[in-house]
Amino acid sequence: MTPTPHSFYLNLIAIQTLLRKEVLRFTRIWSQTLLPPAITMSLYFIIFGKFIGSQIKQIEGYSYIQYIVPGLIMMSIMTNAYANTASSFFLTKFTRSIEEMLVSPMSSVVILIGFMLGGTLRGVLVGVIVLLVSLLFTSIPIYHLSLVLIMSVLAAMVFSLGGLINAIYAKRFDDISFIPTFVLTPLTYLGGVFYSIQQLPPFWRTVSAFNPILIMVDSFRYGMLQVSDLNIYFGMSLVCLLLIGLFGFAWLLLHKGIGIKV
Amino acid sequence: MNALSVKHLKKIYANGLVALKGIDLDVAEGDFFALLGQNGAGKSTTIGIICSLVTKTTGEISVFGHDMDKELALAKSLIGMVPQEINFSTFEKISHILINQAGYYGIPKKIAHERMEKYLSKMGLWEMRDQQAFRLSGGMKRRLMIARALMNEPKLLVLDEPTAGVDVELRHLLWRFLTELNQQGTTIILTTHYLEEAEQLCKNVAIIDHGEIIEKANMKALINRVNVQTLVLELERPLLHLPHIQNYAHRLVDETTLEVDIVTNQTINPLFEFLIQQNIGIRSMRNKTNRLEELFIHLISENKK
Repeated sequence: MTPTPHSFYLNLIAIQTLLRKEVLRFTRIWSQTLLPPAITMSLYFIIFGKFIGSQIKQIEGYSYIQYIVPGLIMMSIMTNAYANTASSFFLTKFTRSIEEMLVSPMSSVVILIGFMLGGTLRGVLVGVIVLLVSLLFTSIPIYHLSLVLIMSVLAAMVFSLGGLINAIYAKRFDDISFIPTFVLTPLTYLGGVFYSIQQLPPFWRTVSAFNPILIMVDSFRYGMLQVSDLNIYFGMSLVCLLLIGLFGFAWLLLHKGIGIKV
Repeated sequence: MNALSVKHLKKIYANGLVALKGIDLDVAEGDFFALLGQNGAGKSTTIGIICSLVTKTTGEISVFGHDMDKELALAKSLIGMVPQEINFSTFEKISHILINQAGYYGIPKKIAHERMEKYLSKMGLWEMRDQQAFRLSGGMKRRLMIARALMNEPKLLVLDEPTAGVDVELRHLLWRFLTELNQQGTTIILTTHYLEEAEQLCKNVAIIDHGEIIEKANMKALINRVNVQTLVLELERPLLHLPHIQNYAHRLVDETTLEVDIVTNQTINPLFEFLIQQNIGIRSMRNKTNRLEELFIHLISENKK
């Protein structure tokens, strides 16, 4: 039977194509995409883990460097997943190669999934690289591998979608660095990467609990170290809701052609 | 069946500019159709809407009977587009650009590779397939966009100013290629500024001006509506006085250039007989302007009134 343009098979080829294109792109420029997180995180491990960390007492039974490893892995996953879709999608607008996709029968959902998976793959790959780098400085247990994998993928998906939405609205290159600099970086640094929220005063502990990045970092840390500040199931549910919400919103933008069609 | 049917198509941009005022257009299957108009007349907007690059305000479009509001994917799978501006990532390899384009249409890799070889070879780019696209010259980039548009073997090929800025040799190569493609059954819609191009290639024509279709006709019938064409004769030796040529309006532009107006259905034999009698030698002869160009200018100026 000849497949119709709506068939699953054709959509699968289209998603594979987008994913292959994304992987080729970020591996071609590996010195800008895969190497910097390894170097930056090595510096974090040396400075915060070894030099400063050796002066800090244990947190929930772990040395400071062991405590910050999950947070730094998660931070790398999130920032790289975001950066991948934000820069890749914005470049397709900038070079007008987005028209190659718009003239094709690919639906908005297919385009969305293709870009999201590309960002997710880069995020998770960078996470693995940072994990391997961390093993050069300390040993790290993984208590719940499935939770670690699920949280890595969910966080990468959420941030890929965030990057995509940013790129849809972006009109200039500056616009894709605004959100990471002024929104994501503060939320990440205040998201329990370097400390436990139990160390905060009660008011700030409550405020922090609404930071989605903290929820992701906390769940991921639980998967690795089995220590947590928040309820894991509540955290995962919230991340799933965030994922569904962002997916729906990004789909709506693409479907309506906002930021990509005149 | 119509390859393309456009009904009451209207486009108002966000800034309030009315680009299309509700146009109707039918292009028959197998046609080679020219959409002509001045800059800003609405050609590219029309093509942009047909190819899903521009959002319409109102109206209906169907491609080979498939309504673009109801069967968008199916309709789009039948269209190939060659845009006016370069719209591929110049950092990518030529082969990747084509294989990816095929992938967007759900074409399996094996078939995509066969088509890539076929169309890159036709466009004289096969040897360059592993190069990054920024290494190509302007003409090569345009050929690459044509090869890319053919990867889904479209039944309807839409070209927006495909020969703008390309050299004469390439222009003729593209004309031959497009003619061959049309003879094989592909319906072609072309916008162009070169009216000679439209006259040579196209069977039917529509002229758009200020967002309205002001003329739709068969190309030959339209050309025949030109009442007068002017022949420019370059003379062998200078003439001091204007010779009196009966039945033809004529004038001396300079001592060796004679212009003669020929009315529709008038033969030019008596003119040459007279010139031979008068021992006036002719070095060369040409049309003063392209006939379609004359008509185009006339229709546009009429519409302004």
